[in-house]
Amino acid sequence: MNDTLLSIDKSEHTRKHSRLYWALSDSSVMIRRSFRHIFRNLDQLLSLFLQPIMFMLLFRYVFGGAIDTGGTSYVNFLVAGILIQMAAFGATTTSLSVATDLSKGIIDRLKSLPIVSSAVMTGHVVADLVRNLISSVVMILVALLVGFRPVASFTDWLLIAGLLVLFTLGFSWLSAVVGLLAKSVEAVQWFGFVLVFPLTFASAAFVPTETMPTFLRYFAENQPVTHVIEAMRALMVGTDMGNHGLMTVIWSLGLVAVFMPLATYLFRRKVSK
Amino acid sequence: MQDKNAHGIVVKGLLKSFENLKVLEGIDFVVPKGEMLALLGPNGAGKTTTVRILSTLIKANGGEAYIEGVDVFKDPKKVRSLIGLTGQYAAIDEQLTGRENLVMIGELYHLGRKESEKRAQILLEQFDLLEAANRKSKTYSGGMKRRLDLALSLVATPPVLFLDEPTTGLDPRARQAMWNVIERLMKDGVTILLTTQYLEEADKLANRVAVLDHGRIIAQGTPDELKSKVGSDTLELFLKHEKDMTRTMSLVGPGAKENREEKLISVPVDKGLRDVKRILELIEKANIEIETMSIEKPTLDDVFLRLTGHHTH
Repeated sequence: MNDTLLSIDKSEHTRKHSRLYWALSDSSVMIRRSFRHIFRNLDQLLSLFLQPIMFMLLFRYVFGGAIDTGGTSYVNFLVAGILIQMAAFGATTTSLSVATDLSKGIIDRLKSLPIVSSAVMTGHVVADLVRNLISSVVMILVALLVGFRPVASFTDWLLIAGLLVLFTLGFSWLSAVVGLLAKSVEAVQWFGFVLVFPLTFASAAFVPTETMPTFLRYFAENQPVTHVIEAMRALMVGTDMGNHGLMTVIWSLGLVAVFMPLATYLFRRKVSK
Repeated sequence: MQDKNAHGIVVKGLLKSFENLKVLEGIDFVVPKGEMLALLGPNGAGKTTTVRILSTLIKANGGEAYIEGVDVFKDPKKVRSLIGLTGQYAAIDEQLTGRENLVMIGELYHLGRKESEKRAQILLEQFDLLEAANRKSKTYSGGMKRRLDLALSLVATPPVLFLDEPTTGLDPRARQAMWNVIERLMKDGVTILLTTQYLEEADKLANRVAVLDHGRIIAQGTPDELKSKVGSDTLELFLKHEKDMTRTMSLVGPGAKENREEKLISVPVDKGLRDVKRILELIEKANIEIETMSIEKPTLDDVFLRLTGHHTH
């Protein structure tokens, strides 16, 4: 009994890999952990499938008859917008997971381990990204059932997926920082209201921006959520691409470049309780 | 003279304040390799702060600290590979099973998947968690959560272990189980810094005890040295008849105290059971009837009162 508690052979394993190997390994362990959290939580699992179905059906049939979208049918207009709204709200679950982690003792243990500092945050961000992608696929399938007729080629779909991934990553890292700064799990809920609601509704998600008052229209046409929606819409149903694709890439990479290092820095400085 | 490499933990002049509140005002202690030091003190004395600084979770405002000779402030990452930490709140992932928790931590210590799984199995067996191994740890009892927590601290067999109030809030049986595990670790030669509010715990487990009050160490020594400052256990005798009080007092000898109202006589018993037996025999011979009796241990509050002149709160 005495020797079993303390005898392991760790020398051999630890040394033979590079720093990069361990950074990836640490992150993948944490990603697996976050997946387990998602797939063991009935609420999260339900919202994963129900939310996209509800959103799609409600917006399609409640607003569909009333909103004039010019040439394209409303359902064709809607899909890009509602997909991004869901992705933006989905990204806020990252702040929820981060804030929940910080309120638990586990964070002290994770921080006392000799791991890459960004691994814990990366776990949440990547797991949320995958969750978002699953919801997006569900949503697009529902959309196809209710009249969505995309013109996108296979390459276009790959570009759409790429934009979605980039945008979600940017938002999730921002969201991780919010989770780290929030004083409590409850406080995090406000993030959705204060940031994501205005960004997604004051955009080209559900209505053409032409009907908005001048100031709002100026904001709506130049903010990142509109760029990604217009870019995806262009790829899906053949509307005008303009510079939206480029702006999406710049905004998303910018968000990641600012908030990923910030999240890693804050994580090191944060202690639970 | 004080070679920092020769010791598990060396702490010199540790300072910490939060905003204007001074939490640690210059703490010094040394824990030789393979020994256990208990930091004894009430809530707010600075115990947890000390542990958090030494385990690299927060930074100190001044002083020096070395774990196995490694500078805690200059090389925190190295220190993290030398320590295990069990906090006041079980640091487990409640969404994961006991086994998943252990394997995850093993992999994060870079033991590899296979070794981590092997290690998890051994620890589950040792900590009596095998039956619950595949259940969400959320469903564990308080004692089981603490045991899992301690097991997690031991995944990578760290030479130095911090146990921050490992038994606070546990029932007596769970506490005893925890003590057994800790004693086994000591036999294995782990260097341990234990914090506790219970004098009994420090007395039972530690080689040395340091008493912490308001961020200062006010006394340090072996448990016996400390207890001799405070006094021994006392035998409390509640008599049936008040008329026997004076007679009993003269029988049990000097040092005893009486409380006529409660018909209570308190006798210090330095030699433990031998004293108790001697006193009870004397009383039986004298045909004095006893209502109830008990043996009281000196509490942390007694230690404080003696050392500082004030109570713990």
